[in-house]
Amino acid sequence: MVDKSVADDLADKHKSISITEFFEKNRHLLGFDSKLKSMLTCVKEAVDNSLDACEENASELKKRKKEFELPEILVRVDLVGGEVYKIIVEDNGPGISPTVIANVFGKMLYGSKFHRLKQGRGQQGIGIHAAILYGQLTTGKPARIISRTAKDKPAQLIELLIDIKNNQAKIVKNEEYAKFSKDTGTRVEVTLEGSYRGTGDKSIYEYLRRTSISNPHAKITFIDPEGKMTVFKRATETLPAETKEIKPHPWGLELGVLTRMIEDTKKNSIQSFLTEELSKVGVLNAKQILEKAKIDPKRRPDTIKTEEAVELIKELQKADLQRPPTDCLSPVGDGAIQKSLKSEYHPEYIVATTRPPNVYRGYPFQIEAALAYGGDIPENGAQVLRVANKVPLLYESGACSITISVSEMDWKRYGIPKNSGSAVPNAPIIIFVHMCSIWVPFTSESKAAIANYPIIIKEIKLALQECARQLGVFIKRKMKIKRDAQRVNTFIKYGDVLAGALAVLSRKDEKDMKKMMNEVLEKKYGDVMKKKEEIMKEEAKAPAKKIVEEDKSDEE
Amino acid sequence: MKDKEQINLKFQKNKELTEKLVNIGNNVIAQLKEFQNPAVNIPVRTLSNVYFDDKARSLRLGNATSERSYFNLSQAKSFMQTMLVASKLREVIERGSAVGLRQLFYLSKGGIPGTKENTFDLQKECDPIVEDIEGVLKCLREEMGVEAERKGILCGELKLLDTGDEIDCSQLGSSGYGIPSIVEKGTIDFTDCKAESILVVEKAQTWSTLNHDKFWKKNKCLILTGKGQPARGDRRMLARLHRELDLPVYIFTDMDIWGYYIYSVYKQGSINLAHFSANAAVPDAKFLGFKMSDVDKYKIPKEHLIPMNKGDYKRIEEISNYDWFKEKKEWQKEFKELIKFSNKIEQDALVGKGLDFMSKTYLPEKIQNRDWIE
Repeated sequence: MVDKSVADDLADKHKSISITEFFEKNRHLLGFDSKLKSMLTCVKEAVDNSLDACEENASELKKRKKEFELPEILVRVDLVGGEVYKIIVEDNGPGISPTVIANVFGKMLYGSKFHRLKQGRGQQGIGIHAAILYGQLTTGKPARIISRTAKDKPAQLIELLIDIKNNQAKIVKNEEYAKFSKDTGTRVEVTLEGSYRGTGDKSIYEYLRRTSISNPHAKITFIDPEGKMTVFKRATETLPAETKEIKPHPWGLELGVLTRMIEDTKKNSIQSFLTEELSKVGVLNAKQILEKAKIDPKRRPDTIKTEEAVELIKELQKADLQRPPTDCLSPVGDGAIQKSLKSEYHPEYIVATTRPPNVYRGYPFQIEAALAYGGDIPENGAQVLRVANKVPLLYESGACSITISVSEMDWKRYGIPKNSGSAVPNAPIIIFVHMCSIWVPFTSESKAAIANYPIIIKEIKLALQECARQLGVFIKRKMKIKRDAQRVNTFIKYGDVLAGALAVLSRKDEKDMKKMMNEVLEKKYGDVMKKKEEIMKEEAKAPAKKIVEEDKSDEE
Repeated sequence: MKDKEQINLKFQKNKELTEKLVNIGNNVIAQLKEFQNPAVNIPVRTLSNVYFDDKARSLRLGNATSERSYFNLSQAKSFMQTMLVASKLREVIERGSAVGLRQLFYLSKGGIPGTKENTFDLQKECDPIVEDIEGVLKCLREEMGVEAERKGILCGELKLLDTGDEIDCSQLGSSGYGIPSIVEKGTIDFTDCKAESILVVEKAQTWSTLNHDKFWKKNKCLILTGKGQPARGDRRMLARLHRELDLPVYIFTDMDIWGYYIYSVYKQGSINLAHFSANAAVPDAKFLGFKMSDVDKYKIPKEHLIPMNKGDYKRIEEISNYDWFKEKKEWQKEFKELIKFSNKIEQDALVGKGLDFMSKTYLPEKIQNRDWIE
């Protein structure tokens, strides 16, 4: 044992007060800066957890050739009184074993998602713990968790508070609960101080709506404080492909991660650490890298000094390697996006595309985009739906790569009007962009905007261009029919006056003249008028034009 | 007896015009019944279709026409308007009493069923349609009973019959005879004339001064002004006086390009009304002044010169290139000198030489010395 330095002492002290203070001082970073946003963050954390749990469970059951259920999530917001609300989120996931409930919900930074290079929603937030802590700090009420792990077992109800000082849960109630209706699943209830808004870009309703669009295999039911129920139905019955975990690729490695990995590794040599714990590093690669970094390949990893790690990471990032694997990504799928946008917005035309995967800083990522146009979308109701790893982003749109790409696109080229001053086209259009990645680069800790990497912006634009090109063809076709109809309309419009004038001019019967005029119009332009009527009818019904392809991810 | 003859003449003319109008309608109906795109050919009334007829020494309209059809997005409305105005003209002719252009506009203005649109919104949409129909029928709107705004005045020893009333143009005091829009035979007839020439002046004030000085009596002439660019009636009146009473015509305007062009319109006609020149041009009219050689001769003080502006130069450039000025050396010289001089002189400036300088000295000397440009 080495004597502790003064600095270490201070660090320990610091740690013991850090969690409460960290939370208090950094509420805004964690998404609890306003009452409105706090409510949303709480719902978001719980829903993200539920979806991840449900999906993993279903995938696992599917692998074992067992029956599985698609995610089904209930969100309820109750007004308790004043500005105090109770948020209830219930899922049909695997449930959580009572022995770990205390740790999962009561301990900051506990969980299976950290340090994992795998596409998942949980990367997005600091976790449900923060929501529970927020509720506790504002109302003093414990969180209620009901969970059931098997059909033949009763559900367990646990009420817990967070012991801030020791960063652990303090269980205040632990009993069997008979009224849980699902075979397996978890229900979380947090009582907190908040502020509720029914509609708008940053409302819980909108968040759930967009979550449903991004997760077309999930059924989401929402009951608002007035008791009004909205069901966001599934647009597909297909479970998305399971996301795989990958080892870090050297291009994206950061010094902190590398040093931690070196500390934790059980490998005997630095060379075998490189080849076995990083992806796409062969023996030859490893030898070259270590030679350049002037490190003996046989050295034990725990003997590597920080200065050496700095050299090593430089060489790793420069190394000529194969690209990272991309089979770790799980896009929504263009067919499924189309289905969900169609059922949510009833557009006249819809187009979606999924780009092939690409890599930024060593992290594989993939862009999906969709455009829904016309129909029930209001004339100037353009909206951008930003989604990262199937989680909708509602805040900080200005800083986001998606917003920037949409704003920089030359929409006019595709016949979609856009004023140079506005961020979105001046058209009835919903622009959906999804970035999935094992590590989404956010601009800040609040994880609401995708950072501006040129390659990401380029991919987003390519996806949007692909969609816009198809939409442009549709718009042009429709415009042509409309123009033709307008032309004929002009002839119809003046026909009566012309017939009347001819009757006076040449002493003919006015009725005869009008009849003649109608016959000429019918013979010459009857087909155009019919087409126009069809369009008008179509517009009234506003069905989606593009045939939606079935999502094929289930058939592999 | 004469009255009867005139009425008969007018009846014949009206019948002829009505037939032409009915034919336009019948052609359109026939084309529609064949499911064709009905069209009328309208003479082009721009410089490109106007030429100078060397024999007649005045402007003529060429044969170029443009087609106006109904099943053409940009022409449908004007086609409908053309037929509508034509039908109204038929009614005007049949009723027999004249209407003004503005009244014709109101006759034609109406709603379009099922829309918020009107057949016409402004008179300036309607007026060119009337001119189009004049071109198609090869007639004047006055013949169809459509009057234009009246402008010009006349004085001197001329007696005439105006719709049955005897007028003595030497007995009308300071106001003179207001020249009506329709001056065709049957409406206006000359009964007696003692004058031996006609002096046309650009401005009403010049006309008033000369009338006040009884210039017409001393110089045995008629004095006419169209107050700037003349109305159609003024030009037709001048042409009839010149042709029927054999009176030479002298024209006196400001010394600027605009005055020169007023002379040109009286003499050989205007571009927009080229189809009217055959009836209204006076190719023998002479330009008395004010002109460049007068500047030194009559010693116009520097202070009375007005510097030319950009628009003046531009218009000189245009007019000097018109066919009917291109070949005339005297005029080309005048334009060149005017550009060099770079100033304008108004008729009114002559009062600087004495209040009766114009009537006592300038005009008599000019005519005496045959100091004019053709």
